[in-house]
Amino acid sequence: MADPRHILVVGGSAAGLSTAEALRRFGFDGALTVLEAEAGGPYDRPPLSKQVLDGSWAPERAALFPADRLARIGLRHLTGVRAVSLDRRRRVVGTDVAGDIGYDELVIATGVAPRRLPGDRLPGVHVLRTMADALRLREDLLRGGRLLVVGAGFVGLEVAASARRLGVPVTVVDPDPRPLAGRLGPAVAGRLLRLHAEHGVQLRPGAGVRRITSSAGRADGLDLGDGTHLAGSAVLVAVGCRPMVDWLAGSGLDVTDGVRCDARCQAAPGVWAVGDVARWHHDGFGRPMRIEHRQHATEQAQAVARNILGAGVAFTPTPYFWTDHFDVRVQVAGFVPAGATLRPVEGNIADGRFVALAEHGGRVAGVVAWNSAKAFTAHRRLVPAFAAASAPSRPGYGDEERT
Amino acid sequence: MRIRTERDSCIASGACVLEAPQVFDQDEDGVVVLLAESPAPEVAESARNAMMACPAAVITIDEDA
Ligand SMILES: Cc1cc2nc3c(=O)[nH]c(=O)nc-3n(C[C@H](O)[C@H](O)[C@H](O)COP(=O)(O)OP(=O)(O)OC[C@H]3O[C@@H](n4cnc5c(N)ncnc54)[C@H](O)[C@@H]3O)c2cc1C
Ligand code: SF4
Repeated sequence: MADPRHILVVGGSAAGLSTAEALRRFGFDGALTVLEAEAGGPYDRPPLSKQVLDGSWAPERAALFPADRLARIGLRHLTGVRAVSLDRRRRVVGTDVAGDIGYDELVIATGVAPRRLPGDRLPGVHVLRTMADALRLREDLLRGGRLLVVGAGFVGLEVAASARRLGVPVTVVDPDPRPLAGRLGPAVAGRLLRLHAEHGVQLRPGAGVRRITSSAGRADGLDLGDGTHLAGSAVLVAVGCRPMVDWLAGSGLDVTDGVRCDARCQAAPGVWAVGDVARWHHDGFGRPMRIEHRQHATEQAQAVARNILGAGVAFTPTPYFWTDHFDVRVQVAGFVPAGATLRPVEGNIADGRFVALAEHGGRVAGVVAWNSAKAFTAHRRLVPAFAAASAPSRPGYGDEERT
Repeated sequence: MRIRTERDSCIASGACVLEAPQVFDQDEDGVVVLLAESPAPEVAESARNAMMACPAAVITIDEDA
């Protein structure tokens, strides 16, 4: 649509609010509504497993935008309102407490929610996606006792590091014998796991969870696939996420593993998707992708805003993420597939800092840095856009799927 | 235009440097360094792009200052 009068954004977090801000920036002066299920001000998620959990930041510091920046966007900001249905023919979104809301253009930015394990709705069992989740987990950690983390992905391991900072004993289990090898390459993944071991984290790679055990209605441990029992006083289930698309059932949209979009991030006439929830066609890789990274939410927001306003450009990003563990920050641009050859360009893999190019199939597929953020920026430019033919179709911060 | 940076929140992504190298740099740890608090008009647009690209809301721009 060339000239929309009312743009409705469903989901008011990183991707949704960035889209709203970008729409204004690129000249949209019609009505703009952002619908957000959570009450309270928007906050950023990366600090939840890091500074909020270990207590180095008060929760307010995780605010997504400073209040004045949010106010300047000029939007109708409906918080504590959940979208429950979409009628594309009438261009109407149904909500739980605010009735039906019509739109000319709809932006779906509802993100993802943690996957659960059978029998995990028990006191003492946690997931981590929201501020409330983080504060609840922190409270449990401060009570003492061992934390059992299910899933050695980035979220699980960041939580393990924060728990160690609080002096809490931690065991991490994961059915994958080589966790994160497909995300960081075996050498860097191995190094990251050793860092955790050096800080007292007990790691059980290759150990599947049979069930969560409980006594007196509270989780008290894990039964592993090999017959061992681990005792603990809190369990974190960090086994990846699923897109928040339940409210789109019956909309006629393809919501298999996210909202399916074309190369311009459009799902259907008048419907767009952005951020963790969007599975759009990456023209560079030639196939659909869904990316669960913070920078991606911001970048895709710019593309969606431009395209709603008629730019008609394909969105072909080179993915980027960072992750923090103890005193180490790891950064990746592009991809570091398990079979890649790492060629150090600053320092060496065994050093305290390094930057390495990941070469795969005769091309640079990605760049990975270990405590070398400045050098990383310089080398990041060397990663040709979408160079990795072997890119996973669902690179995500928490997509390490486990059962 | 006046730019502010909340350096304590910077996660050292370098996105601002890629967008606006005349306005932002990184120190040895990768933390943002503001090169021009009130940048020249010809790079103002790149500074706005950097604000929007930052994944940690570190950069604030006061357009009226
Ligand atoms: C603990 C944690 C740590 C992370 N750390 C990093 C990191 O270090 N580096 C990195 O690159 N990435 C990290 N990430 C990933 C990053 O936070 C996400 O990629 C980012 O939050 C995606 O933003 P989004 O807006 O697409 O989705 P979300 O942040 O999930 O936002 C979706 C919003 O939609 C709302 N919503 C959902 N359904 C409805 C509905 N029906 N109606 C109305 N509103 C609805 C939700 O309440 C939510 O506010 C981390 C994520 C977590 C959870
Ligand atoms: S873009 Fe933001 S987080 Fe990244 S280096 Fe610049 S100020 Fe820091």
